[in-house]
Amino acid sequence: MSDKILTKDSAASFLAGLGGERDLFAPALAEGKLAWAPLEPGREPLWEFSNTQMSPKEFFFPQTECMMRFTNQQDGEQGMIMRPEPELARERVLVNMRPCDAKAFGVLDLIFCQDEVTDDPYWRDKREKSLIIALACNDPCPTCFCTSMNCGPHSEAGADVLLTDLGGKLLVRGVTDKGEAAIAELPEAVPEDIAAAASAKEKAEAAITTSVEMDQVKAREVMELYEAPHWDQVQESCLNCGTCTFCCPTCHCFDIQDETQGAAGRRVRNWDYCMSWLFTQHGSGHNPRGAKKDRVRQRFMHKFKYIPVKRGGEIGCVGCGRCVQLCPVNIDVREVVRNMNA
Amino acid sequence: MSNPYVPYPVKISKTLVETEDKQLKSFWLDFLDPAHAEAFAYTPGQFAELSVSGHGEIPIGIASSPTEGDTLLFTVNKVGSVSTQLHQMNQGETMGVRGPLGNSYPLAEMKGKDITIVAGGFAVTTLRSTVTWLLDPAHRGDYGDITFIYGARTPGLLLYEDQWRDWQKRDDINCHVTIDREVAGWDGMVGFVPTVCEQVAPKPDNAVALICGPPVMIRFTQPVFDKLGWRAEQIVMSLENRMKCGIGICGRCNVGPEYVCKDGPVFTKAQLERLPAEY
Repeated sequence: MSDKILTKDSAASFLAGLGGERDLFAPALAEGKLAWAPLEPGREPLWEFSNTQMSPKEFFFPQTECMMRFTNQQDGEQGMIMRPEPELARERVLVNMRPCDAKAFGVLDLIFCQDEVTDDPYWRDKREKSLIIALACNDPCPTCFCTSMNCGPHSEAGADVLLTDLGGKLLVRGVTDKGEAAIAELPEAVPEDIAAAASAKEKAEAAITTSVEMDQVKAREVMELYEAPHWDQVQESCLNCGTCTFCCPTCHCFDIQDETQGAAGRRVRNWDYCMSWLFTQHGSGHNPRGAKKDRVRQRFMHKFKYIPVKRGGEIGCVGCGRCVQLCPVNIDVREVVRNMNA
Repeated sequence: MSNPYVPYPVKISKTLVETEDKQLKSFWLDFLDPAHAEAFAYTPGQFAELSVSGHGEIPIGIASSPTEGDTLLFTVNKVGSVSTQLHQMNQGETMGVRGPLGNSYPLAEMKGKDITIVAGGFAVTTLRSTVTWLLDPAHRGDYGDITFIYGARTPGLLLYEDQWRDWQKRDDINCHVTIDREVAGWDGMVGFVPTVCEQVAPKPDNAVALICGPPVMIRFTQPVFDKLGWRAEQIVMSLENRMKCGIGICGRCNVGPEYVCKDGPVFTKAQLERLPAEY
């Protein structure tokens, strides 16, 4: 781990240098909304922002992704045989990703690439071909609760490089080997810069005003949490609209569908969501999560109990607060976890 | 990098409508590439995603046994769009198989024990695989008594008649096949599966039971085994849920923290008692 320094004046040319063979992306304002967009080499990225409305999971797990193609005819040697899509042609640099989002992809690595059997090549390819330069949060939102979710405003997990805004300059920390290689040419930071970043971290952590406890959620058995009475209240207001799942950086459920047009056919995967009735419906018509309560409960149990049980204590939430901001009926995940933990 | 989503191409070498209601059809599949047959090393209890290009995939239990060679057997119930399309496909057509997926019956832990196998309706598929595997000369000596109880509503709804008629003639398996109500021309047992279980009364000592069938059969068979003194750890079941990825990622088949596609489909009753009944 090395600490370097980069002045904001020279950031654009430094990033352009990282570009070259790679495509650059960064959060940018477009039509009043903050969203990820291509960053033209030579342009300075935005330094002052909260976070994008949608998470950047699209870079690794596109909303619709072609997995394989086939010739849609039975005759002929290659007819109906599935051929995987080519891998990503160019590498990418994702600039100024918030630490919560970077952390989320570290958690998803454990789900998409579990072992020899479960090793998702589409996810892995995009992860391996991306350099993540995170930008620490110095000014968290009221909806942020990352410090309660194994994360924090200056968390380094999942990032290759972590930037800390020190005013006119940035402290640049190499987190992974890939990150170290990218920043090798930058000048070393002096102890005062490192101290300034540490104090910014302390200030940012203190600025996060909400916290949720997870000790009881961790200690209790699955069935005790599952059968708790508070699910009856949460489900009453939920519309099963799925907004929370689409904006969430860790929600990763997907559907696989075939599409054909004449002799061309492809198999695609699309974001899906556990709030949908069809999501679990059997061919027979039977539905193991047929009631709205079953589906609402599934989402929270998955994030706060099932993933921790299966993935060594990692939580399927990073406290980014997007769902709190966007839920049309004001369901607050922090309140739900407090009820689970009560 | 190997891609677990890409099915192996196979040719349908034979089909057979198995039941009088024409709802169940068997497909024998041969790999186009012999290397794929070798890569598809499976054990009884596992399943595969059957892929019909342009329509999608369905998770179906493997009914053949690896002891029978490289040809795979699947028996498919016609319920949705993929299975309906599959029912219209014929010998010689190309489709795909992705797998083998999931865990299998605990054949290693079952060694040295008596085995009772209870099947209802078309849930018999992976149990056909298991019985065939157990009766193979390479394995039969490792196990104690084998009892097979299989029931369907009518004789015309029983699958794999050639096999179970053959098993009835053998002396190394007790094979009881029953139908719900008397039918002219039926020479076998009559009565629901739970009733037959009561009559056969398999002993729980040093024994394992594999039980697969429709929920109503499970509900009434369970108390029979409880009364006979079976413990939940000795009863092994196989679950079904809607699936897509088949490798424990896509989020729909889970029962609590367990993914039916990856951690299952085989669970003991003791395991299921600690999980939500979301199946």
